[in-house]
Amino acid sequence: MNPKRKKLLMIVLFILLGVGTATTLALKAFQENLMYFFSPSQVVKGEAPTNRNFRIGGLVTRGSVKRNQQDLKVSFVLTDTISSVTVSYEGILPDLFREGQGIVANGSLRADGVFVADEVLAKHDENYMPTEVADALEKAGVKHEYTDKHQLK
Amino acid sequence: MWEWIIKFASPMHFYMLVNRLAPWLGRAAGVLLVIGLYGSLFYAPADYQQGESFRIIYVHVPSAWMSMFIYMNLAVAGAAGLIWKTKVSDAIARSCAPLGASFTFLALTTGSLWGKPMWGAWWVWDARLTSELILLFLYLGYIALQSAIDDRRMAARAGAILALVGVVNIPIIHYSVIWWNTLHQGPTISKLDAPSIDTMMLIPLLIMIAAFMCYFFALVLVRARLEIIEQERSSKWVQELVLQQPGQSV
Repeated sequence: MNPKRKKLLMIVLFILLGVGTATTLALKAFQENLMYFFSPSQVVKGEAPTNRNFRIGGLVTRGSVKRNQQDLKVSFVLTDTISSVTVSYEGILPDLFREGQGIVANGSLRADGVFVADEVLAKHDENYMPTEVADALEKAGVKHEYTDKHQLK
Repeated sequence: MWEWIIKFASPMHFYMLVNRLAPWLGRAAGVLLVIGLYGSLFYAPADYQQGESFRIIYVHVPSAWMSMFIYMNLAVAGAAGLIWKTKVSDAIARSCAPLGASFTFLALTTGSLWGKPMWGAWWVWDARLTSELILLFLYLGYIALQSAIDDRRMAARAGAILALVGVVNIPIIHYSVIWWNTLHQGPTISKLDAPSIDTMMLIPLLIMIAAFMCYFFALVLVRARLEIIEQERSSKWVQELVLQQPGQSV
């Protein structure tokens, strides 16, 4: 390789290295802001903001969903298997909302520690399987648990 | 090896190579697409949670993969053009951008259509979606830059630098779902342990990815061939080529 090309190659590598380092530092600095949601543990520990809306993500605890008969009010417990937070919501839940499923709710924390959600989004995990396989697993006693690692941290 | 690369890098040999390769890649893409679509619509069973709506992954996942893969091609071709000043690599880089932008757009659109019924939102500003949107802007910026500069050499050089700076976004897109909490689900196929997708659902997905790959290579080669002809229009071999065409006179 002649010296001119070598110099150009070094410039290209330098651009990649420089931009990479700068981006890494910037992302590290904004780590908090890049998190789409807080976990119930963080909320219980008081790491979530109290003066503004934020998102909370976790698994809907089995058997915790209570629906009001007259209106669309619903309450359920969100957990990351370490801590839990009760969420209350009024509105239509997404298709994928069910017990044991991961969800992300947007809203704010009330003084009594209940999270009042304005919006509930279902979070799908990375598992895909046919209904028959899921049924067979269930029958065999292997409960297919939601395995999103973020919420089981 | 070097001799072969140098030979390939000459516009004329590239032109010959494309003439031979492109039709086969096109045919392969067509056949794979028919098999893949049949597989994804009929062979693959419905998902236990998402039902039939999960089938959108057969377009969404290959498009998203291609959007990143094409960007890497663009950046590598751009760097090669910058360092070795090969005309073919500039032509390839220039041809990659519109294709990459289309696949990015397709990935964003299909994801959005799936997001509304499944998540409950068309769009959320989580790390994965935002970084993929930035990728679309990078492509559009590259295209705008190319058309803003008249001189081909200058345009190729400016574009290559933009492409190289943007490369940092590719690992961010890929690892966004691992590094941060996102609404978008984590990786299914590229996990280190066994893929968490049923084999009957995985096979059509892999066929679709292969189809998209062949489609991309066929198109990018044909587009690059056109670029080459335009670039080399005053060279002897192009003139001769035109004269060989029946019914042509220059």
